[in-house]
Amino acid sequence: MIPLSSYLILGAILFSISIAGIFINRKNVIVLLMCIELMLLAVNINFIAFSHFLGDTAGQVFVFFILTVAAAEAAIGLAILVVVFRNRQTINVSELNTLKG
Amino acid sequence: MTFFEVVFYAFSTLMVVAALGVVSARNPVHSVLFLVLTFFASSAIWLLLEAEFLAITLVLVYVGAVMVLFLFVVMMLDINVTRMREGLMRYAPFGIAIAILLIVQMVMVVGPEHFGLLAFPVPESHAADYSNTKELGRVLYTDYVYAFELASVILLVAIVAAITLTMRRRPNTRYQKPGAQMKVLKEDRLRIIKMKSETIEPENKQ
Repeated sequence: MIPLSSYLILGAILFSISIAGIFINRKNVIVLLMCIELMLLAVNINFIAFSHFLGDTAGQVFVFFILTVAAAEAAIGLAILVVVFRNRQTINVSELNTLKG
Repeated sequence: MTFFEVVFYAFSTLMVVAALGVVSARNPVHSVLFLVLTFFASSAIWLLLEAEFLAITLVLVYVGAVMVLFLFVVMMLDINVTRMREGLMRYAPFGIAIAILLIVQMVMVVGPEHFGLLAFPVPESHAADYSNTKELGRVLYTDYVYAFELASVILLVAIVAAITLTMRRRPNTRYQKPGAQMKVLKEDRLRIIKMKSETIEPENKQ
């Protein structure tokens, strides 16, 4: 039988990999968006594992809403990316310095 | 090793390897494909956790729509990969160290001594006629109906935002002007003249 801790550790490993990915690929906005998707997936695994072990479907409802919000976020993020590329011909984060932030 | 353990460890290994592929692939297209593999493996793990509806939704909605959107954008943009990779190795050790630190910390918190089988025994699996989809739908349309409607509004906002962001007006494209079309009068378009009726002679009568 697989204990709850195995699922939680799996989620923790996935979350840490995506944080490392944000550090490694900090110039490529597309890979940054993909790392955010991975983080949301890690959170979803935790939600579903707790939902199963506590016998409560509320966790699955939360995952449902997270999927919705993540889809909306991906659509708007990619739209912004397309507009940025059309205006600047690059999506390199280090070259997006118009605001001098 | 039971069947469940074999499935869990096989798919979780696949998932971790694919996630490592996402963050380390040189080509963004490969990254997207690795991400698809990660989603497939995690949907198998969700099936183990008896969340069948969400597992199918993850494959259909996420892999079918969102990842294809990612693939479209990656292939549409002409990305200079080599310039993207500059200075990559400078921050890689830092990121890997932070990731290892995070994993150690989180395993100390969520490890087997707090969330093991003693604290959380494995629940009885549901009967064969139990429908996860039906149960989820019942909760979604009663207790969480307002949140459900808000989610639909969020999706609508996302549609409108994506369209308004990416739509551009080209100056030499012809558009319809519905207002002007509605204002048009009969006299502007149609002129009735009086004239004699004309007849055309048939060319060869037989």
